[in-house]
Amino acid sequence: MAKVVVVTSGKGGVGKTTSTAALGAALAQMGERVVVVDFDVGLRNLDLVLGAERRVVFDLINVVQGVAKLSQALIRDKRLENLWLLPASQTRDKDALTDNGVRSIITELRTKFDWVLCDSPAGIERGAMLAMRYADEAVIVTNPEVSSVRDSDRIIGMLDSKTVKAERGERVEKHVLITRYDSGRASRGEMLSIDDILEILATPLLGIIPESQDVLRASNVGSPVTLNDAASAPARAYTDAVRRLMGESVTMTIPLQQRKGFMNRLLGRRAA
Amino acid sequence: MMNLLRLINGRNASAPVARERLQILLAHERGLRGQPDLLELLRSEILAVVSRHVTLDPENVVVRMERGKHVSTLEVDIEVPNGVVTSIAAVAT
Repeated sequence: MAKVVVVTSGKGGVGKTTSTAALGAALAQMGERVVVVDFDVGLRNLDLVLGAERRVVFDLINVVQGVAKLSQALIRDKRLENLWLLPASQTRDKDALTDNGVRSIITELRTKFDWVLCDSPAGIERGAMLAMRYADEAVIVTNPEVSSVRDSDRIIGMLDSKTVKAERGERVEKHVLITRYDSGRASRGEMLSIDDILEILATPLLGIIPESQDVLRASNVGSPVTLNDAASAPARAYTDAVRRLMGESVTMTIPLQQRKGFMNRLLGRRAA
Repeated sequence: MMNLLRLINGRNASAPVARERLQILLAHERGLRGQPDLLELLRSEILAVVSRHVTLDPENVVVRMERGKHVSTLEVDIEVPNGVVTSIAAVAT
């Protein structure tokens, strides 16, 4: 049965789109059939991070309005045959996204894929609401920083009240994904620790993605980090996170930055 | 408390301060969540009660809330036109 997962945060710039691309690619690398859906109408970027920006013909809004069929709007990844993208529209008309339209698209995607990952826009407005509306699970992307944690808390409140599952009296399964984590700074008390964040948000941890140049490098070339450099610390962290999402129990480690050494290359190869 | 934490953890340890600030803030914000805007609710209900007895201009009703560390105050400022005060007294007795 398909799982619909919203990748959300409230705050902008914490790594929702990067994480959606990396998680989606990692799931596809494990043989799952995955579609990543960009809900950021007007400011689409998932296409760019996935390197599909020049292949967009139709988008989410076209499908909602019946201009295009879902199959015409879906873009298949060139590297991973199990990974598909449904891009957002660049039109400024955010109201074009309707609850009914989103519901019918999600319903159709559920029949075609194992995983539907919805990349939420920042904020708590209509776009963010619709991205989470039909979710079964939520990945709350959080940086170890006060404003991000506060916004995550707000989003958790919305997931518990504004989703279809919540309205039915069920629960959206929530996971916190901590990104841009610097264990050195955290140990010196300069950055909120993992324990601090989890205690405050009272939500289980999906993974810890270390601050790393590899993430930016992957975005620069339009390739999800798990595909671009599978041995890198963030790629291994995303892969572990995906394993947990699939129900495996994987020991929580904070992947260290790679050093160019024999042992690391060896470990890297094993992780790949 | 914050200064104490700073002393214990050295000058650079600002994370404990962040943690404490967040805990206080979120405890408060979670309490408000899901409720309609409390101030608006108070304003409209107080207005309804008062206007049962006094004709008043809704524009001249100000509701203010000040959140203190230990106590919060609610200030309701209703401008009552002259001439109705006697009728209020009559109702009260």
